Amino acid sequence: MLSVNGLKAKVDDKEILRGLDLQVGAGEVHAIMGPNGSGKSTLAHVLSGRDGYEVTAGSVSFDGKDLLDLEPEERACLGLFLAFQYPVELPGVNNTYFLKAALNAKRKYNGEEELDAVSFLRLMKEKLKVLHLDDSLLKRPVNYGFSGGEKKRNEIFQMALLEPKLAILDETDSGLDIDALRIVADGVNALRSPERSMLVVTHYQRLLDYIEPDYVHVLAKGRIIRSGGKELALELEEKGYGWIVDEAAA
Amino acid sequence: MSATPDDVRTADNPAAASAGDASAEYDHLVQSEYEHGFVTQIESDTLPPGLDESVIATISQRKGEPQWMLDWRLAAYRKWLEMPTPEWAAVHHPPIDFQAVSYFSAPKRKELKSLDEVDPLLLETYEKLGIPIEEQKALAGVAVDAVFDSVSVATTFREKLAEAGVIFCSISEAVQEYPELVQKHLGTVVPQTDNFYAGLNSAVFTDGTFVYVPKNTRCPMELSTYFRINEAKTGQFERTLIVADEGSYVSYLEGCTAPQRDENQLHAAVVELIAMDNAEIKYSTVQNWYPGDEEGRGGIYNFVTKRGDCRGVNSKISWTQVETGSAITWKYPSCILRGDNSVGEFYSVAVTKGRQQADTGTKMIHLGRNTSSTIVSKGISAQHGIQSYRGLVRIAAKAEGARNHTQCDSLLIGDKCAANTFPYIEVKNPGAKMEHEATTSKISDDQLFYCRSRGLSEEDAVSMIVNGFCKEVFNELPMEFAVEAQKLLSISLEGAVG
Repeated sequence: MLSVNGLKAKVDDKEILRGLDLQVGAGEVHAIMGPNGSGKSTLAHVLSGRDGYEVTAGSVSFDGKDLLDLEPEERACLGLFLAFQYPVELPGVNNTYFLKAALNAKRKYNGEEELDAVSFLRLMKEKLKVLHLDDSLLKRPVNYGFSGGEKKRNEIFQMALLEPKLAILDETDSGLDIDALRIVADGVNALRSPERSMLVVTHYQRLLDYIEPDYVHVLAKGRIIRSGGKELALELEEKGYGWIVDEAAA
Repeated sequence: MSATPDDVRTADNPAAASAGDASAEYDHLVQSEYEHGFVTQIESDTLPPGLDESVIATISQRKGEPQWMLDWRLAAYRKWLEMPTPEWAAVHHPPIDFQAVSYFSAPKRKELKSLDEVDPLLLETYEKLGIPIEEQKALAGVAVDAVFDSVSVATTFREKLAEAGVIFCSISEAVQEYPELVQKHLGTVVPQTDNFYAGLNSAVFTDGTFVYVPKNTRCPMELSTYFRINEAKTGQFERTLIVADEGSYVSYLEGCTAPQRDENQLHAAVVELIAMDNAEIKYSTVQNWYPGDEEGRGGIYNFVTKRGDCRGVNSKISWTQVETGSAITWKYPSCILRGDNSVGEFYSVAVTKGRQQADTGTKMIHLGRNTSSTIVSKGISAQHGIQSYRGLVRIAAKAEGARNHTQCDSLLIGDKCAANTFPYIEVKNPGAKMEHEATTSKISDDQLFYCRSRGLSEEDAVSMIVNGFCKEVFNELPMEFAVEAQKLLSISLEGAVG
């Protein structure tokens, strides 16, 4: 599904990713963990195509396509989804309208018929049910005046609606209290499927109590320095990142 | 308030006086000079460039106007000669040579045989706006075929209006058919001496619309569809007068979302609205004149004076405008809240991009008790566009319980455009309630990326954010035009990012 090979990227002439390799198969859930400044968010942004990052080496293939060659909206239409660490507010833009436009942009790109208002509302209701959400957020402007928890829930709802092949969750747990965390994690778990891969980027092990990964990778200084199963996350929780970073440097 | 364009006469200095006095004063002059064939006689449809009293006399004669109308024009002209060109607006243009303008040309237009002869770019825009094919033809000046019988449509409208007793005709026709109504009201809201361009308009206006809605009558339709089909050829010096008698209601839409080109660069219109006791006038404008080329060359200068007089108690005047065109826009639709409990509203969206400049806003003059006004202005600037909001809220000493809410938001796209806000507030009554909110924001890279990461193109993202920004104003437009205005805005901003 996703194959990252020797990826190097710079921000403002500073090299952040320094030869990163990562293979994600269909239906797998991978956790990327690492200390502050290790390049976790940079990885998420480079994969989704944000401006301001210069890829200097390496390649990324997504579902057989050269990902780095595509505009952010093309990546999205091909099935890549980024759940933002800090979802952006769009004052005056109705959430339902926004979601319908996004879904139809994707359908159009993939040669599918665009949904009319009625079918879209039906689909929306269905997805709300799956995630056990009510429709109060949908009548408001996108993320505008939302609490931290509401914003994250809205991200998960978008993900449910857009049905990505690969979802990148960038520090989805940051700023959430335990109840909100559980709601978000339940949502993510409800969306797990054999066709959907997930890349869960997180600083803390806490989120992984709720979203159980198939693989855990430790990112430090722009490289993946260790990979393992979910028990690696527990080990990190216990010992911190220090030992592993030192070990890699040795 | 020396900086505002067209200062308003207050109750103790009634503007209405000027027309009558002038006609008496100039009566004898006019009689003696023009009686003996002093009028320039020419055969062609267009007068040669230049402006003097004989040109005005010719215009009046061509239109078969009564003597009082000619006197009124001449009075305006003589005052105009002494008026300075306004220079306070935050717009820049080379000086206009008023002697190089032709002030009369009979409405003639080269008819095209089919849409194939029309500029494909123009057609593309019509297409995007979703304008029906027959209407496209009418707008582009193509001879209309039998399928679309505009005459019968127009006739149906006329019959319906006549049944209700609503008068809706050209201003020239009104001068002939309803002279007492025109003479009574013309120039009572925007006097001849109001400002330079209003003065010029008063002297030479040749086109325009007259509407009279009788007492306790609700105008049975939006005065728009008819207008769009038949009056798309708007004139250079338009004069519009709308009178809503006691207890009546009328909604009027001016302009057109389709891009309009015109060989006349200078447009100086005057619009006067009068609402008597318990009457309401809703006036909506969509303006999309040619803005010029990338450097702004050849674009229309739109210098308009629009003012409504809430003359009666409980009357209401509401202006809604969407301004996307013209090289220069200079326009302040205003309300004089004379009647007690009267209400004035101004909702505006103005877009400037390329080299467009707009200095626009409103004036709310509170004279009566418990008068209230609302101002919502949304300015969008992209590329090298310059935009200024200029607004005056004046609360007179006698205006007990007056209230105003002003909201004035600017949205910048890119870093070469500009937005200014010049609010003037004059409160002479200590009981007045004033609220003023202003914001300036930019479409951020974060917002664009967020939309793009959901599959939307950059242009769709901009259009969505801009339409969200303007929603409060679009909500005030008649339904069908709100939809068109949204599309228009998206099209105007195509390629404006980056």
